[in-house]
This record gives sequence, structure tokens and C-alpha cells, in this order.
Amino acid sequence: MPFLRPIAALILAVLVGAALAQSAAADPNFPTLSGRVVDQANVLSPDTRSALTAKLKDLEEKSGIQLVVATVSTLDGLEVEPYANQLFRAWKLGEAQKNNGVLFLIAPKEHKIRIEVGYGLEGTLTDATSKIIIVNAVAPRFKAGDFNTGVSRGVDDIITTLTTDSSDWQKRPVVRTEDVAPALFGIGVPLLVLVIFIFVFVQIARQQGGIGRALLYIWLTSGNSRGGGFSGGGGFSGGGDSFSGGGGSSGGGGASGSW
Amino acid sequence: MSVALSRLRALTVAVVIGLTLSACGYNRIPTREEAAKAQWAEVQNQYQRRSDLIPNLVATVQGYAKQEKDVLTEVTEARAKATAIHVDASQLTDPEKVKQLQDAQNALSGALGRLLAVSENYPDLKSNQNFLALQAQLEGTENRIAVARKDYIEAVRAYNLELRTFPGVLWASTFFRSNQPMAEFSASADAQTTPKVKF
Repeated sequence: MPFLRPIAALILAVLVGAALAQSAAADPNFPTLSGRVVDQANVLSPDTRSALTAKLKDLEEKSGIQLVVATVSTLDGLEVEPYANQLFRAWKLGEAQKNNGVLFLIAPKEHKIRIEVGYGLEGTLTDATSKIIIVNAVAPRFKAGDFNTGVSRGVDDIITTLTTDSSDWQKRPVVRTEDVAPALFGIGVPLLVLVIFIFVFVQIARQQGGIGRALLYIWLTSGNSRGGGFSGGGGFSGGGDSFSGGGGSSGGGGASGSW
Repeated sequence: MSVALSRLRALTVAVVIGLTLSACGYNRIPTREEAAKAQWAEVQNQYQRRSDLIPNLVATVQGYAKQEKDVLTEVTEARAKATAIHVDASQLTDPEKVKQLQDAQNALSGALGRLLAVSENYPDLKSNQNFLALQAQLEGTENRIAVARKDYIEAVRAYNLELRTFPGVLWASTFFRSNQPMAEFSASADAQTTPKVKF
């Protein structure tokens, strides 16, 4: 079929165009998510790094919350807030459905700190709490040049805030979820199956001459072929040696500070 | 039997056409329209959140700085004006309406910035815990507004692009004639400078 060729070429052109358009919107030069502690600026001691990693891993195993500490050598000329938000989204911290990630960002060159909180944790780790942690626990120690203690205390306070069960006096915040594709899929597939089923049923009813007989026919011919479920859902894995984000996002919650 | 077969064939053709259409981007126009509308809802949500914080903030500042009547009234009035303008998702294609809202919200941003600047002159106020918490919340909300606006601008760009480029333009000129491009939320110079609070 020779007339298909130009069409195929056109489709290819469109696809290539789309791919180019995608790559055109480049992010700032973000460090890679090599672990739970990304010390690009190299201000933490190896001991602190391993102690923090253990704490953060423990947090995720207990609560599912992904907290990542990052020190960056530069903010690429951006303000700390947009930088943190874009980095958070690039790393996709937290589970996709729960958005339960937190990014603790330190930019030593620009003297900026930010705690960027995922959508799902905004009710627990509020802006005001984040600000208090930065102002009281982190900034004074950074001012004294002690990054190790400052970061450790900040992480401790964040973990305490996230894990202290405040359910005694207040309801736990409802996690905001974002389901786009699964919802479409969830409705579309059963609907299609239903439409096909009704169609087949009508055909059989016509052939067999009546709904009752069609039902009988289906019952007789179905045998034990029913069954065959549909299983969906994918797991989330962030633990182990290889560490990655789970698809979470942030809408700019949290607080920033400087020293 | 042959009737059934031809009907089955018709159904198959319909399904194939349906799948082909969706592969050619038929679904992308409504999908992106809904995405842009959802982002708009988020922008509105964050503006609302800011507006909810203001009465508390004004009350706290009033307790320490009664004499700053001008700034306080300005904030209250700007808030009233901003909340009076409501743009729901179906009005997004009207650039005038969107601009009105944007101007009102920008005016409120400016007034808030002046209020926070004035607050710097009152040491008692600055060290008030309630005020500090409100300040942090306001900062956070301004940041959320910035993020939500950015997301909305991107969603609208994707939607408008889909209406004007191949293959979306084919669907836009046939099945989706009623779909109009949405107003881009131009980030004015005024809006770029959110009130900065320094400690």
C-alpha cells in the first residue's frame, strides 16, 4: 500500500517534533538523586551522611514518607523557592498517590535554606512549623559554621513533627491524591467490556429468539470459563540500595530561610 | 446470521475508528482543557487561602500599630475588591475577566507588601509569635500562588498549542468548534515581586 508511506512519514515527523518540544524545556542543572542525602556542596561529614541516611531510611520504612536532604553548590541564579519546587518535582519525592515527600534543601553559597513539603504533608508539616524549624534549629548553627549539627537537628525536628501522633487532639490531614490516568483507565475498560457484552447478548437473543433463551444459552455454553480477573496497581519502591522518588509532587508548601 | 455478522463488523469498525481517533489526538483537546481548568481551580484555591489569612493578619497588626490606619484600610479594601471578582472555569476564555481578577489580586499583593514593610518598624509586633506564624503562612501562600500560576500558565499553553497545531487543529475545527483558546495569565512585573519578608 504505497499511499501509507507519506502518512507514516507524517506521523513520524509529528512524533519527532513532539520529542523535540519536550526536550526544549530544560530544567536547571540539578544534581542526580544518588541517595537520601545528596551532598553536592560537600559540607557534611561522612559520619553525618551515613547517620542521616539511616534515619531517613527508617522514616520511610515506618511511615512511607520520603525525606531527602540536599546540599547544592549553586541555585543557578534562581530564587530558592522555585529551585526547591522544581528540584522536588524533578526528583518526584513521595508516593504518587500520597505526595508524601519532603525536601530539605541547603544552598551554602547563597546562604539559603528551604523545607519544601509535598502536597500530602502540608497539613502536618505546616509552613509555620517549617519556618520555626529553620529559624530555631538550623539557621543559628549554620551561622556558627556547623553544618553537620544544623542539618541533623533540622532532620530530627522534621521527623519528630511528621511522626508525632497528633491524632489525640486533631484529625490527621486527609492526603490529597492525584489520579488522572488510572481513573480514565478504570472507567474506560469496563465500559468497553460492557458495551461488547451487551452487543453480543443482543445478537444471541436475536438468534435464539428471546431473552430467556439467550440467558439459558449463555449459561449452558459458559461452562467454567468465567473468571479471569483484572489486576491493577503498581507498587512503590524506594528502599534498598538503589533509591528513587516515587512520583510525588509539591505545590510550594513549606518555608524558607537564610543565615 | 449475516445480519449479525455485518453488525459485528460495524462494531469492529467503530471500535477501530475510536481507537484511531484517540491515537490521533482526538482526546487531547478535552484532556488538556480539563487539566487547565483543574489548574485554574488550584490558583483560585490559593488566592482564597491568602484572602482567608488576611483578617487575622490585620487584627494582629492592629493590636500593635493602630496608627498605621492607611495601610490597614488599604489591605482590607484590596481584599474586598479581590474577593468580589470571581472567575469560574467557563470564563477562562474571556481575557478581560481574567485580567480584572489578576489586577485586583496584584493590588492586594502590593497592599500586603506595604503592610509587612510597615510591620518592620514595630519590634513588639515582629517578635509576636502569632504574627510570626501568620507571616510564615503568608509567605508559604504567596509561594503556592506562584507555583499554581506557573502550572496554570503551562497547562493553558499546552491546551492552546493543541488547538492551533496539527493534529489538534483538525479536531478543533471540526468536533470542537466551541473550544476557544484560554486567556494566558501574563505574569506582570508587579506579580513577580511577591512581598518578601526578612527576619
